[in-house]
Amino acid sequence: MTGRLHLDGVTKSYGSRTVLDDIRFDVAPGRLTGFVGGNGAGKTTTMRIILGVLAADGGTVTLDDQPVTTADRRRFGYMPEERGLYPKMKVLEQVVYLARLHGFDKADAAVRATALLDDLGLGERLNDTIEALSLGNQQRAQIAAALVHDPEVLILDEPFSGLDPLAVDVVADVLQRRAAQGCSILFSSHQLDVVERLCDDLIIIAGGTIRAAGTRDELRAQHSTLRYQLDSSGDTGWLRDEPGITVIDFEGGSALFDVDEPSNAQRVLREALQRGAVTSFTPQHPSLAQIFKEVIR
Amino acid sequence: MNTSTGSAGQVASVWLVAEREIGSKLRSKTFLISTGILLLVALAGVLIGGFASTSSTPDAIAATSQTASAVKALPNVTVTEVGDRAEAEKLVLDEKVRAAVLPAEGDPTGVVILAKKDAPSSLVMALSASPQVEILQPATTDSLLRYLVAIGFGVVFLMAASTFGSTIAQSVVEEKQTRVVELLISAIPSRVLLAGKVIGNTVLAMAQILLLAAIAVVGLIVTGQNEVLAGLGAPVLWFAVFFLFGFILLASLYSAAAAMVSRQEDIGSTTMPLMMLVMAPYFLVIFFNDNPVVMTVLSYIPFSAPVAMPVRLFVGEAGWWEPLVSLLILLASCVGAILIGAKIYENSLLRMGARVKLVEALRG
Repeated sequence: MTGRLHLDGVTKSYGSRTVLDDIRFDVAPGRLTGFVGGNGAGKTTTMRIILGVLAADGGTVTLDDQPVTTADRRRFGYMPEERGLYPKMKVLEQVVYLARLHGFDKADAAVRATALLDDLGLGERLNDTIEALSLGNQQRAQIAAALVHDPEVLILDEPFSGLDPLAVDVVADVLQRRAAQGCSILFSSHQLDVVERLCDDLIIIAGGTIRAAGTRDELRAQHSTLRYQLDSSGDTGWLRDEPGITVIDFEGGSALFDVDEPSNAQRVLREALQRGAVTSFTPQHPSLAQIFKEVIR
Repeated sequence: MNTSTGSAGQVASVWLVAEREIGSKLRSKTFLISTGILLLVALAGVLIGGFASTSSTPDAIAATSQTASAVKALPNVTVTEVGDRAEAEKLVLDEKVRAAVLPAEGDPTGVVILAKKDAPSSLVMALSASPQVEILQPATTDSLLRYLVAIGFGVVFLMAASTFGSTIAQSVVEEKQTRVVELLISAIPSRVLLAGKVIGNTVLAMAQILLLAAIAVVGLIVTGQNEVLAGLGAPVLWFAVFFLFGFILLASLYSAAAAMVSRQEDIGSTTMPLMMLVMAPYFLVIFFNDNPVVMTVLSYIPFSAPVAMPVRLFVGEAGWWEPLVSLLILLASCVGAILIGAKIYENSLLRMGARVKLVEALRG
C-alpha cells in the first residue's frame, strides 16, 4: 500500500519560542492514527506543516520516501481546527468547488459531492446555504469538504469536537471505511475515549516534542503495570498480608492490587478460590487517559 | 483519478477562483441594483447633456428679398420672406417670427433687426460687425469641456476602483473571518488564490467600465454629438487600458491590506491609505486640470495616470509617446505591487486575531 507519511526532525519556532522540536513519526496507510496532546502542545502546527499551509524551520515531510510536493498535497484531505466554509454558498456548490480546486472536472465533482453529502445525511440540504445549517450539519459539510476528492492522506484536526454521540459514530464509521480502503488518516482529539476506541496507532505530543508513538496495543503493553482486579464472595482483607502484593483499593469482596511478578497473581487466585467463589479475576490495562497522564508528566 | 497537476492545473485553479468571485458578486442583489443605477445615471447624463446642447430649435426670422440671402446663411434659422416693413412688423408683433431683418440705409451693417421685446442675441451677434481677432496661443479645447471630461474620467475611476477595491478586500477578509482560507490554501497555493481573486474582480471592474463606455458612446451617437465622440474615442480607449493595469495594481494592494486583519470591522484600518490613493487622482485632476505642469506629473504617477493621461490626450497636450511611457511605468509598479502584495498576503493569511504589523507581514 502506498501513502505512508513520514515526518523526520520537524522543527518550528516563533521568534525565540520553540513550538515543535524534532518531531518524528509515521502515519501508515490503512490505519487510523490518533494524535493526542494538551492545548498548545503543537498538534495544529504539526498538521499545518504536513499540509504545507505552514513552512517548517527544519526537518522533512515525506510521502513514500519522497518529499511531499504541491501536487501530492492535492490528494490530501484536510479538516482544519478552525472550521469554516463560505456562509452564503450552497452546500453542494461549496463541496463541488473544493473538489474542483483539488483537480476534478465539474461533472465528476458534482457526482462525487452529491453522493458523499447523501452518505453523510445531508441529501435533503444540498441547496441550502451553509449559514442555514445547524452546527452539527455544518460539521458534516466540513467533513464532506475534506473527503470529496478521495484523498490518499487525511489530516483531521479535532474531527469530533462539537458532535453529539450519534454524529460521532457516523463520522467514526466514515473514517474507518476510508482507512479500510487504504487511506492514511491522522486525527487529533481531546476525547480520549473516542481515540482509544478508534485508533490503531497513537502519537502523544506535549510541549512540542513527541512523548510516545506506536501502535495502541504496544503502548498499552509498555505502560501496563501488573495490576489485577479480584471480585469474590468472601472478604478480601487477607490480601494485605500476602507477600509481594500491594493493595491499591479494596471494599468487601472486591480488591484492586499490584503484584511484583505474574506468578504472585496466580498464587493469589489459588488462595482466593480456597476462601470462596471468585466471580472475576481480571488483569487491568491502563486506559489511554492514564497512559496520557503518565507520558506527559 | 482526475488530478491535473503542474502549471496547467494552477492556471485552471486561478480561473476557478476567479469564476467563484465573479459568480458570487453577480448573485448579490445589492451589486446588481447599484450597477443598474450607475448605468442609468450615466445614460441620463449623456442624454441630458446631448439634448441641452442641441435643444435650440431653429428661430423663425422674417426677411425681405434684399436681406433673405444673408439671413439664410446663418445657422439655425428658418426664413419667412416678407414684402415690406409693415408686413414684417405684423409678423413680429403676432409672434409668428422671433425677429425680422430689414435693409437699413446708412447703418454700417446695412441691416436693422425688428423684435417684439428682445432680439435673439445670436442673431444680433451674427449680423454685427466685430473686429478681427487673432489668438496667438490657441486653446485647444474649451475649459468647461476639459473640466467635464476630467470629472468624468475621475468619477468613473474613483467609483470603479473603490467599489471593486473594497469588494476584493471584503472577499479576502471573509475567507479569513470564516476560516475557509485554511482549507483553500491546503488545496491550492496562496498565490494562486490571490491571482484568482485579483483577476475575478478585475474582470468585474473592467466589465463595468466597458458597459459605461458603451453607454456613453451609444448616448453620444443617439444625441448626435459626433464631434465630442471623435475627440473622446482615443482617450477612452487609453483610459480603459490604464484602468486595467491601474486596477490590478490597486487590487493587489487591497488584498494585501485586507489580509492583515481578521474581521470585516477592521478593514478600514489597513485599507484607508489605499482609499486615499484612489481618491487623490480624482481631486488633483479636477483641481489642476488647467495646470499643464501638475497634469504632466500626475499623468506619469501610476495611481493618477489612469485619469490624468486620458485628460491630457483629450485636450491634445500629450505627445503620442507619452501614454506609452506612462503605461510602462504603470506596468512596472504593477509587477512590484503584485510581488509585495503576494508576500504580505501569504504571510498574513493564517495570522488570526490582532492586526498583523506591516513589518512582520513583509518579513514573514
